[in-house]
Amino acid sequence: MTMPHLKLVQLSRPTREPKRMIELTIDGRAVSVPEGSTILNACQALGIEVPTLCWLETLTPVNVCRVCVVEVEGARVLAPSCSREVEAGMKVKSRSERVDLTRKLVLEMLASSVDLSTSPGMAEMLAEYGAAPERFGECETVAQPVKVDNDLYVRDYAKCVLCYKCVEACGEDHQNTFAIAVAGRGFHAHISTEFAVDLPESACVYCGNCIAVCPTGALMSKREWELREAGQWDESKQTQTDTVCPFCGVGCTLTLHVQEGEIVKATSPLDNDITVGNLCVKGRFGWRHVQNGRTPSAS
Amino acid sequence: MDVKLLTAEPTADERAAVDARLGPPSSAWDGGLDRTPRDLHLAYGGKSQRDRRHLLLPALQALQERIGWISEGGFGYVCERLSVPPADAWGVATFYMMLATTPRPKRVLHVCDDIACRIKGAKAACDGLRAHHSPPLAHGVVGGHGDARPGTHVTLNEFHGAWTTSPCLGLCDVAPAALYLEAGKAPVERSLGDVTSDAAMGLLGGGAEPADVLAPAPLGDPTKRVAPHDGTHIGSLGERRLLKRVGVADPTSLASYRAHGGYAALDRAFALGPEGVIKELNDAKLLGRGGAAFPIGRKWEAVRTQPERERYIICNADESEPGTFKDRVLLTGDPFAIVEALTIGAYAAGCSKGYVYIRGEYPLGAERIQGAINQARAAGLLGENVAGRGFAFDIEVRRGAGAYICGEETAIFESIEGKRGEPRNKPPFPVQHGLFDKPTIVNNVETLANVLPILVEGGAAAAKIGTAQSAGTRLFCVSGHVGRPGVYELPMGATLGELMTLAGGVAGTGTLQAILLGGAAGAFVRPDELSLKLTHEDTRAAGVTLGSGVVVAFDSSVDMKDVLLRIAQFFRDESCGQCVPCRVGTVRQQESLVRITTGKPLGGVSGELALLDEIGAAMKDGSICGLGQTAYAAIESAIKRLQLVRA
Repeated sequence: MTMPHLKLVQLSRPTREPKRMIELTIDGRAVSVPEGSTILNACQALGIEVPTLCWLETLTPVNVCRVCVVEVEGARVLAPSCSREVEAGMKVKSRSERVDLTRKLVLEMLASSVDLSTSPGMAEMLAEYGAAPERFGECETVAQPVKVDNDLYVRDYAKCVLCYKCVEACGEDHQNTFAIAVAGRGFHAHISTEFAVDLPESACVYCGNCIAVCPTGALMSKREWELREAGQWDESKQTQTDTVCPFCGVGCTLTLHVQEGEIVKATSPLDNDITVGNLCVKGRFGWRHVQNGRTPSAS
Repeated sequence: MDVKLLTAEPTADERAAVDARLGPPSSAWDGGLDRTPRDLHLAYGGKSQRDRRHLLLPALQALQERIGWISEGGFGYVCERLSVPPADAWGVATFYMMLATTPRPKRVLHVCDDIACRIKGAKAACDGLRAHHSPPLAHGVVGGHGDARPGTHVTLNEFHGAWTTSPCLGLCDVAPAALYLEAGKAPVERSLGDVTSDAAMGLLGGGAEPADVLAPAPLGDPTKRVAPHDGTHIGSLGERRLLKRVGVADPTSLASYRAHGGYAALDRAFALGPEGVIKELNDAKLLGRGGAAFPIGRKWEAVRTQPERERYIICNADESEPGTFKDRVLLTGDPFAIVEALTIGAYAAGCSKGYVYIRGEYPLGAERIQGAINQARAAGLLGENVAGRGFAFDIEVRRGAGAYICGEETAIFESIEGKRGEPRNKPPFPVQHGLFDKPTIVNNVETLANVLPILVEGGAAAAKIGTAQSAGTRLFCVSGHVGRPGVYELPMGATLGELMTLAGGVAGTGTLQAILLGGAAGAFVRPDELSLKLTHEDTRAAGVTLGSGVVVAFDSSVDMKDVLLRIAQFFRDESCGQCVPCRVGTVRQQESLVRITTGKPLGGVSGELALLDEIGAAMKDGSICGLGQTAYAAIESAIKRLQLVRA
């Protein structure tokens, strides 16, 4: 049986046009990047370090944290490098007095209102920009009790910088579950389920992909939280081992974080084209059977 | 998508309210009560349901208007009808201050305590209500760090109404003002002026009522009426171009509009052709009147030349800048002019759909503009074949729900699309990617009103009015301590002093302390600056701005620090919360001002001033949109121009 139609489809498959290269200068250095790249991409191409909080390579940039701002010559205000597309002839300064002042203030504003104690790299960032959050004195914070309403993960919104990453991961960017959204307004904006119902009553499917993208530890697996609460979490004693998730035929890569012979966390590498760091409830949380009966603390 | 729905059932009233806005459900798949045998075999909806997401806000508003708050059952029914995930819709419902997600009495009085009302007795009214009625309803939502659960703040009594403080209601000319809302089958929405605590309590408790200042004036000889409603003064220096019909023509009659020169500009536009229209606007050097002063001709041209055929034009009637009420006067006094100007814009730029996004606090404006649209449609001036010229255009009214930020042009798009009113980052600009990601024109009400006289007079003639760089006339909203608060039309280049004289001079103590020019995002000027020419170039040179045409006069009795604190409070209340510099910066700014005014500055007043400067710089440079970028402007000017706070 001939299948002319199928053949036609194959023949007419468009060959992707090579992207036009855009030339610009950053800190006086010329760089050429494909059209559609962001200033951040161009900075990375030059090896220029730009701090980010709400940006992640696997998510749509929301440009809300404003720590990645840079100075674009001729622009009235600073530009978020994570989302601003490059233009030919653009002249960018990745550091300047204005850039550093805004970054410092943004970091101070966050550190004065949010508990950043479990944010990786935050102490270094605060030091780099000379941020002194204590100069705001006694001020309003987002402090609130931690939400422990299920066996798999906890939500400590006192640590939330409102980067929108979990909402994106739960929604259109990854999981399409839409269990959480940003609710409220202004300083009282926060991540919430509808009517602030507990997670088991919400649409949550416990994939934990929100935990994977949270930059501050506001979202954390229950086991990690328990160990931290007990003062037993120690990353210097942890090893990471890549393996394949044993549950279904998809074969997602699992990175097992092991501390003193006990699996304490499972993640998945971001640089996998298929899963881009995502797992399902089984991969993310379904590893306890491995050590059942061996480590009573993990029961 | 599979949406996990709520289990709470809507009441019959809730169902009826939503169905009245969305139409009846088509099957059990989108909320219908009866599951037919056919429904068990065929699934409907999906994309067609989700494509109606833009009706989320109107549907929630329907519940609010009917019930007085949005219950779990009603909310869940809206989600089911539109296939919106409940968490997502919750984010929308909790964004808008006029939507309540906790139980409320049917009657709620929103008492304005913003700048212009504050200095005219609003504080006393609020204090009286606190002392003799109840504490105000708390803002905020359940579940966040600003948790506001019912019962902890107010005792509900179904026979008595509740009250809440409100940001500027756009009724500064009749200050102190309030907005009375009564939920029900026939909801009542009334703008009130000269509100006292006794009058407010009468209203909430069923006693004597204050005057309904914005009620339509009794019809008689329309030419004899001097204003569209009692209380508002209208005046001008020279010829009235924008206010020509206000208070003269009957705003509820197309025939009256035509009799006073209406639709002459549209005829002229058809004669000129799209490019001709844009040329006239360019010749007239018309700059946008919303605050950013962008050339309107360039905006229209940019949309006209887009390859994308689906295009939109939006009238930004979300006037919420404290002290601004000129758009209200145009919308209630000359609504057909807005309809005609939108039609001209649509013709010139090739848009087939227009929206009027009017703030939720303007009930009469919404009624008038809807009435004008209906009459224009009936007369064939909107619809499939506008004026028999073979071009299709229609207009839909969308009402805001209590969010200053939705006056930001990209936040309007988000709001109309049924989302939280969070501004988008620019670029891309609206002329390329606007509403529903299509090329979109957004023009302020006053900007649109300017289009008509320009087309009738000709662009070159219109450009002769005003100064070389600031052409045309401009509307100013004068309030506070002046003899005749109201809207005044002046050729650009007239002085602030001339405007003050026109508005009856300084009232109150008779001694002027300061003037707020341009709104909360504007700047303060001193009494010795009355010779300031009201143009873009002169205000810029003086380090101030025309903004939205606000002029609030403060007499010598006003505690200016209290005014500053209110401005700081306004920005922290109205920040959408999306970006850090604005979300936290507006709070830190307010806290610093509180420390200064309560005599507990950190590091001395000079330390606080340096801190404020840094917060202000980060907000100006780092915020996504104009709200954060201008949140320090008026406070900075009070410190630097008035030297209100000295180190």
